[in-house]
Amino acid sequence: MIPRLYVPGDAAAVAVGADEVAAALRRNAPDVAVVRTGSRGLFWLEPLIEVATPQGRIGYGPVARADVPGLLAAGLLDGGAHPLRLGPPESLPFLQRQTRLTFARCGIVDPRSLDDYRAHGGGKGLARAIALGPAAALEEVVQSGLRGRGGAGFPTGIKWRTVAATAGARKYVVCNADEGDSGTFSDRMIMEGDPFVLIEGMAIAGFAVGATQGYIYVRSEYPHAIATLEAAVAAARAAGWLGDNAADCGFAFDIEVRVGAGAYVCGEETALLDSLEGRRGQVRAKPPLPAHAGLFGRPTVINNVISLASVPVILAEGAARYRDLGMGRSRGTMPIQLAGNIRHGGLFEAAFGVTLGELVDDIGGGTASGRPVRAVQVGGPLGAYFPRALFDTPFDYEAFAARDGLIGHGGVVVFDDTVDMAEQARFAMEFCAIESCGKCTPCRIGSTRGAEVIGRIMRGDNVAANRALVADLCDTMKFGSLCALGGFTPYPVMSAMTHFPEDFAGPRIAAAAE
Amino acid sequence: MPEDWDADRAAAVIAAHAGREGALLPILHDLQAAFGCIPPQAIRLLAEALNLSRAEVHGVVSFYHDFREHPPGRHVLKLCQAEACQSMGCRDLAGHVGARLGIDMGATTPDGRVTLEAVYCLGLCATAPSAMLDGRVVGRLTPARVDALLEGLA
Ligand SMILES: Cc1cc2nc3c(=O)[nH]c(=O)nc-3n(C[C@H](O)[C@H](O)[C@H](O)COP(=O)(O)O)c2cc1C
Ligand code: SF4
Repeated sequence: MIPRLYVPGDAAAVAVGADEVAAALRRNAPDVAVVRTGSRGLFWLEPLIEVATPQGRIGYGPVARADVPGLLAAGLLDGGAHPLRLGPPESLPFLQRQTRLTFARCGIVDPRSLDDYRAHGGGKGLARAIALGPAAALEEVVQSGLRGRGGAGFPTGIKWRTVAATAGARKYVVCNADEGDSGTFSDRMIMEGDPFVLIEGMAIAGFAVGATQGYIYVRSEYPHAIATLEAAVAAARAAGWLGDNAADCGFAFDIEVRVGAGAYVCGEETALLDSLEGRRGQVRAKPPLPAHAGLFGRPTVINNVISLASVPVILAEGAARYRDLGMGRSRGTMPIQLAGNIRHGGLFEAAFGVTLGELVDDIGGGTASGRPVRAVQVGGPLGAYFPRALFDTPFDYEAFAARDGLIGHGGVVVFDDTVDMAEQARFAMEFCAIESCGKCTPCRIGSTRGAEVIGRIMRGDNVAANRALVADLCDTMKFGSLCALGGFTPYPVMSAMTHFPEDFAGPRIAAAAE
Repeated sequence: MPEDWDADRAAAVIAAHAGREGALLPILHDLQAAFGCIPPQAIRLLAEALNLSRAEVHGVVSFYHDFREHPPGRHVLKLCQAEACQSMGCRDLAGHVGARLGIDMGATTPDGRVTLEAVYCLGLCATAPSAMLDGRVVGRLTPARVDALLEGLA
């Protein structure tokens, strides 16, 4: 047997030197097979390499290129002792505490090999869907309680039902892989680490609703994901998984990968459809729903990457297994992304219900800087900033909404006590101004005014009156915007002002001198 | 290296997408890959080929942050300026890089060596602050690491 080493090709691992480590391993151990995988999602340990041993895989990390000769000398290929040795990755507490359903294979398999995918249980969901037939397969998704992971949390099965019930000569399945929220990378990790699970999920969607064409709209900021998806789609087509006779079952379904062009608003589903049609990414008024008249006016399922990638396991293991996890109306697992100033940043897939405090302090290990945690933004640039006082909030759509926040796509960005919350609030307005599609005045103009007014507060100019003005502006944006870009920008702004009023009291220097 | 404008080459790029649904964005990406930007001459060609008005094509080009109307410098450094990187000091890092290159965000050094741009999230939020240099991703940046990256550029 040729010894096998696994080195992540995930973009975040590559960003901290995984390619150099892989090259050094190939150079120093030419007789070894080096397999590029996705990441396990323990980013503080990346590059985290693994070796296959008779006792299972043994991990080492974080490995630098310069560590490679020493590791080999220490018996890396046999799982030998070394200061960087982590033991079996599954035994690391960060992984042990997770419930990996959607991410079961990520970081383990070769993302470009359909055989490897099948060897690790891939394909069972589609096979069962086909055995059940379209209506019963769709019903499984309804029964699982799966809600959209892109942000809005709309029940996936209900959306599919609408598309299935709408007549149309041609229907589409569109995968929203625009993942624009800062602090999120779960879509990217799946596309780079287990793209076949997304393809399988899309094929099940196509089978269930009677769609023949799929599109994956990926943001251009993700070149690694694009390359892996292209390779996986080609492999799936070559194996007869996609095409005129998909999965050898007489139904036609194909997928094309399309690349965005740097516009946050194109993550909004109707703007995304306009962009796919080759136009400016402007938000459409609803109705009509995309389910009735979506891409090119045809009935269209549009779902986030994680929503679609969660479908195969639901079909394979049955709706009950998924539905029995979670709390309240948030069923199943959520791939939570721990990001920013956090010691143990990475992907943490867990049943809904884990509290924000557990995630940040316990699982995340506090800040990377070692300073106290001051604020946490959950749910991307349109999500609220929570102070420590709200750390008992459980990860659940309704629980976050009840506290004027949102879980969005599951990103958790940690800030230490050096953060200036007025600066963060101003950025939220600036970001809205940069990314606005321009349709609504409160979003387009209000955000620019908002940034200016917060700037005045920061300079200590008419503070009380300007704070009232910001609140008023937020109210106008909230109720006068067509989509959540203008409508939700008030969340980060108002939460910063409400929970951290001391940062909106005038200039910092003056306050310190008092 | 971007090629000089060549109408035949551009026409071939456009023709390669004939019959595709919603082909405009894929074509624009390919044109920019060839020429480094979307030259004004391309807009006229596209309008004719896709049966759109020039204003419509221009509207699309100007809407998306990715598409350039002028070629960038020989190297493009995109520094992430979104929240996760902010929490790890990307604002100071941007200040450092700007001062070192002597340019603001969005500008190109006078010698045409480097274009500095802000990007809002590269999905590298647990290895912040991050950046992309000529398509290559880099994370856990410090001023020293960025300096080393810039030093090696021709
Ligand atoms: C400004 C804005 C940006 C959005 N960005 C994304 C995104 O990047 N990815 C995503 O899946 N959904 C995004 N959404 C949500 C989509 O509009 C939509 O709800 C989602 O694609 C539906 O899929 P799901 O039900 O599977 O979540 C965004 C919404 C808004 C208003
Ligand atoms: S709220 Fe903003 S982004 Fe959304 S439709 Fe209106 S202008 Fe466009």
